[in-house]
Amino acid sequence: MMFKLWYTIIKDVRILLRDKVGILMAIIMPVILVVVVTSIQNSTFELMNKNKLVLLVANQDTGKLSPQLIQSIDKIGMFRVKELAKGSDANALKTKLQAKEAELAVLIPKDFTARVSERAQASANKALKSFGMEGDSLKAAKGSTDPINMYYNPVLQEQIRLSVDGALRSALQLVESRETLRDLYLAINDKPLPDTLEREMLSSKTQIKQVSTSRSGDRLIPNASQHNVPAWTIFAMFFIVMSLGGSVVREKVSGSFIRLKTMPTNFIVGLISKQIVYLGVTMFQALVIFSLGVWLFPVMGLPALNIPSDILGLILVTILTGWCAVSYAICVGVFSKTQEQANGFGAVSIVILAAIGGLMVPSYVVSGPMKLLVNFSPLHWCIEAYYNLFLEGGRFADVISNIIPLIGITLLLQAVTVIALKRKNLI
Amino acid sequence: MESVVSAVHISNLTFRYPGNDAASFTDMNLQVNKGDRFGLFGPNGAGKTTLMNIMTGLIKADGGTVALNGVKVDGHKFRVNHMFGFVPQDFSLYQELSPKENLEFFGAWYGLDRQTIKQRTDELLTVMDLQDVRNKQVQLFSGGMKRRVNLAIGVIHNPSIIFLDEPTVGVDVQTRHAIVNYLLELNSKGTTLIYTSHQLSEAQDLCNQVAMMDQGKIVAHDSLDNLLHAHEQEDLEALFLNLTGKKFRDDV
Repeated sequence: MMFKLWYTIIKDVRILLRDKVGILMAIIMPVILVVVVTSIQNSTFELMNKNKLVLLVANQDTGKLSPQLIQSIDKIGMFRVKELAKGSDANALKTKLQAKEAELAVLIPKDFTARVSERAQASANKALKSFGMEGDSLKAAKGSTDPINMYYNPVLQEQIRLSVDGALRSALQLVESRETLRDLYLAINDKPLPDTLEREMLSSKTQIKQVSTSRSGDRLIPNASQHNVPAWTIFAMFFIVMSLGGSVVREKVSGSFIRLKTMPTNFIVGLISKQIVYLGVTMFQALVIFSLGVWLFPVMGLPALNIPSDILGLILVTILTGWCAVSYAICVGVFSKTQEQANGFGAVSIVILAAIGGLMVPSYVVSGPMKLLVNFSPLHWCIEAYYNLFLEGGRFADVISNIIPLIGITLLLQAVTVIALKRKNLI
Repeated sequence: MESVVSAVHISNLTFRYPGNDAASFTDMNLQVNKGDRFGLFGPNGAGKTTLMNIMTGLIKADGGTVALNGVKVDGHKFRVNHMFGFVPQDFSLYQELSPKENLEFFGAWYGLDRQTIKQRTDELLTVMDLQDVRNKQVQLFSGGMKRRVNLAIGVIHNPSIIFLDEPTVGVDVQTRHAIVNYLLELNSKGTTLIYTSHQLSEAQDLCNQVAMMDQGKIVAHDSLDNLLHAHEQEDLEALFLNLTGKKFRDDV
């Protein structure tokens, strides 16, 4: 049995090595894919994590509060504020946005200081009235301030736009609160609010402590490599269908399967050999892509891939992912009548399974009936296990809940393959 | 004890393809003696390939028994599969591999040990005149060379019975001559040949026993000389037309 298996493995390796297009599809294409996609997505991650958004400000106000507002916006740390020349209007901002000088811009209206002061005074007077301290200072607010217009490039992600909106509100609120506080203090004490007291009153007393839920306790900052390398490695492994599926079809069509059936050897030997050889290919794919992530990406200016601390867990998850990919490819090959069918169905089905499995869009954003469908994609369980290891610092024990469905799908594919081969009278 | 001496013994064979009565058998009986050069002939759709597939265990019969060298095919797959070689009409081999690599792989699947594989591979490459191209991929070969590789694979384990389905189709005269001579040489050493072909002149040179099939039935079975004499025909082609008629039998 082992002797026959050894000769069969040699046969499969030779056929594989002579399939130049298959090797190209299995190794070179995924490498190109992972490098290109990671480079593109890296700019998005850098935008969120490192780079500051350029914010153009056209200040038409001449009062004291608009500089305070600009200073507050600057202090948020999210923006690189570029103030336009005095007198710049909405058209100037729009022109600059359309010229891609920035993605965002803010127009501070000309009566900003006057209106905010009036509203602050009105608020202060309301407060004094409620304390029973009505006096000369009581004035009514004339009306609401003209809105601060925020201009944005339409391609800007909504999430970014909403967080910018929140940041601007926070800066605005600080300016308004400070003004109200100053008026109130002045009315009560007939002297200006001391700086130290102002800082103490306006600064938040409750600290926000950022705690990462990573299992290793590290504060892992997501980057394009950590997300893309595992995802596209899985994609590449499942794309083995282009080579293996076609190989199975060729053997069927050539009549080799029929000849093997007349020989005193169980066909399971043939299936085991194919799985061993192509599992080796998937392992090689993973090794190449992970190595690129660790060593080549930093040279290219991309973030380096951090290999999970649980190396054994990573190896086991990779083996199980590869095994599932190989089982899927053999199954597609058995059901396909021609190589074109195997290649066409194989490629399209992998893209669909990748899409519903969370490789292209995170599966947590999927809702409704699609949420159920996600569970049927083997790629979903693979990516969940990898993310657990790569992004959450998990260990193999933490991914068992992902591994069990993956093994289940793999065994199902194996069973379907054997049943189909028997029904087609090929074994 | 006929089955002990027969290379092939078929008794009361019943088989029916769903929806195709023409290729069905009912209570078919056939015996091929060891050392015979047995030719199975008939028009398209007569059931030759189906019968050969049943004899080699590729298709399971609905009823009756088929035994090779006295061992029932059904239920003794591995034992029976050691006994015979199969040379299908299609090039059932790996075109990406060389003849040497093909022979090594199929030799292993026939259960030969490493030493025997090496020895038989060398012998067959010489006999088939493939030594010069032993390491070239089969896909680069002519049809005749592929046929020789196809035949070599079927005989690598020195089987006592060889099933040959159109072994010379599409080859030139030289290759056909070489293949027929090699088969006659094997037969002279005791190998039973079960042969089917539409090359009736070649069959006349090769076969000593003939069975004519038509519509799932064996309509005549005897030595070639006896059949020609009994039906007053001069050659196998005339005998074929006499027994199966001149009507086209192509089926869709």
